[in-house]
Amino acid sequence: MSARSAGRDGAHTSRRMFIAGSGVVATGLLVPWYFAGRGGRVAGGLLADRGPGLSPNAFVRVAPDDSVTVWLANSEMGQGIFTSLTQILGEELDVDPRRIRVEFAPVDAAFNHPAMPMQFTGGSTSTSSGYERLRKAGATARAMLLAVAARRWGVAADSLETADGQVMGARRRAKYGELAQEAGALAPPSEVRLKDPADFRYIGRPLRRLDSLPKVTGRAQFGIDVIRADMAHAAIARAPTFGGGVRAVDDRATRAIPGVLGVQRIAAGVAVLATNTWAAQRGRDALVIDWAPASGSDLSSNDLRERYQALLREPGAIAKSAGDAPAVLAGGMRAIDVEYELPYLAHACMEPLNCVAHVTGDACEIWTGTQMQTTDRAAAARLLGMAPEKVQVHTTFLGGGFGRRGNPRADFVLEAVELSKAAGRPVKVTWSREDDMRGGWYRPCGLSRVRAAIDSDGLPVAWHHVIASQSVLRGSPFEGLIGDGKPDPTVAEGAADMPWAIPNLRVEVHEASSPVPVQWWRSVGHSHTGFVVNGVLDELAQLGGRDPLQLRQALLAGKPRHLAVLNAAARRAHWGQPQAPGHHLGIALQESFGSIVAQVAEVSVEGGAVRVHRMTCAIDCGFAVNPAGVIAQMESAVVFGLSAALHGEIGIERGGAVQSNFDDYPLLRIDEMPFVDTILVASDGPMGGAGEPGVPPVAPAVASAVFAATGRRIRRLPISSAP
Amino acid sequence: MPSLEINGARHELDADPQMPLLWALRDLAGLTGTKYGCGKALCGACTVHLDGSPVRACVTPLAAAAGRRVTTIEGLPADGSHPVQRAWVELDVVQCGYCQSGQVMSAVALLASIPAPTDADIDAAMRGNLCRCGTYQRIRAAIKRAAELLEAPR
Repeated sequence: MSARSAGRDGAHTSRRMFIAGSGVVATGLLVPWYFAGRGGRVAGGLLADRGPGLSPNAFVRVAPDDSVTVWLANSEMGQGIFTSLTQILGEELDVDPRRIRVEFAPVDAAFNHPAMPMQFTGGSTSTSSGYERLRKAGATARAMLLAVAARRWGVAADSLETADGQVMGARRRAKYGELAQEAGALAPPSEVRLKDPADFRYIGRPLRRLDSLPKVTGRAQFGIDVIRADMAHAAIARAPTFGGGVRAVDDRATRAIPGVLGVQRIAAGVAVLATNTWAAQRGRDALVIDWAPASGSDLSSNDLRERYQALLREPGAIAKSAGDAPAVLAGGMRAIDVEYELPYLAHACMEPLNCVAHVTGDACEIWTGTQMQTTDRAAAARLLGMAPEKVQVHTTFLGGGFGRRGNPRADFVLEAVELSKAAGRPVKVTWSREDDMRGGWYRPCGLSRVRAAIDSDGLPVAWHHVIASQSVLRGSPFEGLIGDGKPDPTVAEGAADMPWAIPNLRVEVHEASSPVPVQWWRSVGHSHTGFVVNGVLDELAQLGGRDPLQLRQALLAGKPRHLAVLNAAARRAHWGQPQAPGHHLGIALQESFGSIVAQVAEVSVEGGAVRVHRMTCAIDCGFAVNPAGVIAQMESAVVFGLSAALHGEIGIERGGAVQSNFDDYPLLRIDEMPFVDTILVASDGPMGGAGEPGVPPVAPAVASAVFAATGRRIRRLPISSAP
Repeated sequence: MPSLEINGARHELDADPQMPLLWALRDLAGLTGTKYGCGKALCGACTVHLDGSPVRACVTPLAAAAGRRVTTIEGLPADGSHPVQRAWVELDVVQCGYCQSGQVMSAVALLASIPAPTDADIDAAMRGNLCRCGTYQRIRAAIKRAAELLEAPR
């Protein structure tokens, strides 16, 4: 089997999964972006550089020293793919994943996502998209090692077995390393047999993270840690208003600061280069800049709210139309007409954005933690007027990503490239926390208006949902996912395809415009719709005199996977039974990125302060390669969701962001941490995602519990801002 | 020219005494395990020890560290054999890992002063350390596990 066929088959697998799933890449496989075969093509030189041994495809090498290396197409940003992808390769190769070396892959078509002609990490698809191709990669190498042993020993290959890096015959055994050189001379088989899942030794069993040791000793290298010989450190002054520019710069004070090497105007603003980061930051602070405000530089959050509210009164582009919701709503049944609002949010990765670039005469090297290697490389090549092959991207560990490190304009990469070219030496740009927080590319803010009616049994019969928000796909490499004449599907995801049985459902989208740049943020559109749809369900339950759990159960008839998840969470949280004094429960369920997650929040409210004591979380992600990793992602998602639900808001005043650091953009701290109890609900569903699907139910579950505690309906996030 | 003892080795740093210890460690001494997160002692990613006590290196000028013992994450065993590191690995605490140098240094300092911390002790000692990946539940459990490992006879 060649890498070419591995890639193609992987793409087919992913297509099935994506169609079965939902979410951003789920929308995904939309044909214009699908190029069969390109996912597996190995570019010239990639394998030649690998050294001696067996490397039959882009993903694996077995060396004569008995070391085994896996190349990961995806970036490790905490979500655990360093472990799960290695586990997959180790399974079919029959090598304990704990002794496999892990490398982050260079940019090459061989590492493209099976569903897109580019290398990226997103949509909670790393493990599912790597599953088949890494199994085939491992099985191919194993078959070639077996063939060499069989030839040496004069026996049939199928009389031999393998276990943890050894081939074993009746009387003999050989380490893979002893066979590797000879195996490397063979042509890869055109077909390989994959294991029966019943025989799995590693896949499907919890495996501790493989990247813990470097991360508890300080050795793990993040982009911000890269040091190159003769490297200059840069800090950049950026316009205080989105889209603003520079009129004039007085840099006399800056140039007087010891360590400052120079001042350079670039597209992003005014950069100060220095011998160390502190001098660069001080030099930046000493610049006197006359900024040219952008048009719309008096913009405020209030302006946006008023604009979006007006849009909600107009018909939008149709994202979903089943039955005739407006007609039913005009029929005079019991109904609600409510408005929900969510703010801009910063990704706030703990590692501020940064990049090291070194441009030489005819080549460029980039070191950074990125989620979108191919488009970063293409953007750098365009800027430099070079062929993409002349640009190398070295991916490091990412100190958090959450979407921000996959920027559609390669913003944090290009400024380093531009500076290195101008300075003629390696340059590291380090964003300050304030730069990072105020630099835009936020989760969009949005308003939703929902008119919904119930019948005499209290069951929803009509739901007319209008959303005003910015598109994250327009202008991005993923714009092809938007259908002709259709709205950005990520704005309506989770509403247009809601699992609840509503006979008359209409979802409309207004793609609003704003000078504030926006980007995908962990769970994308579901971070809005999870809150709005579950909130409206609770309001309809109240209107019809039904229990929030019971209404959801009634609307999931015929959906056994959803019901199992909902009931698992409710049962574990003792829904409907007495709670600790002052404690109240709320529930929410959202299907996203191919997985179904239900959460029950246990909350108390004292003196207006919301305290979350426990989050019970049930997930059906289909088959889990590393169940321990899925549980960790649910805990992570709960914290991410709670930071947004309780505290998160980027406000806009005078055309710029109000917040700037963790004092005014607080994240959840350990003393606010609830106990998170996670249940993996087994099913035979297709493999879903894990990184994102735990986020959407958090805010609505907490809001639901706050209503149970206080009778106060939360229609605006964060909860602390609700009137 | 400030003279520092970092992880047992003497360093003469050619730097302004007002330079934050964080940048001296990272850019001058090449010790990048200590992380920059906020620059204002709001996140704890830069936590190191001065004479065994935890400080935020981003707001500690070199002058304040001169003549004192500085311990960074690189000053813990490189093989991960410190009980806090062992507990962190055993309980799968890390995710992206960026904040964990600071988390580990705060936890080591906590256990040095309170060998069997309560939940309230852990909250008080660790609330200055942010984790965007949300590993707090495991940090709490790992501190308790490390306390057991520290108590157990070697």
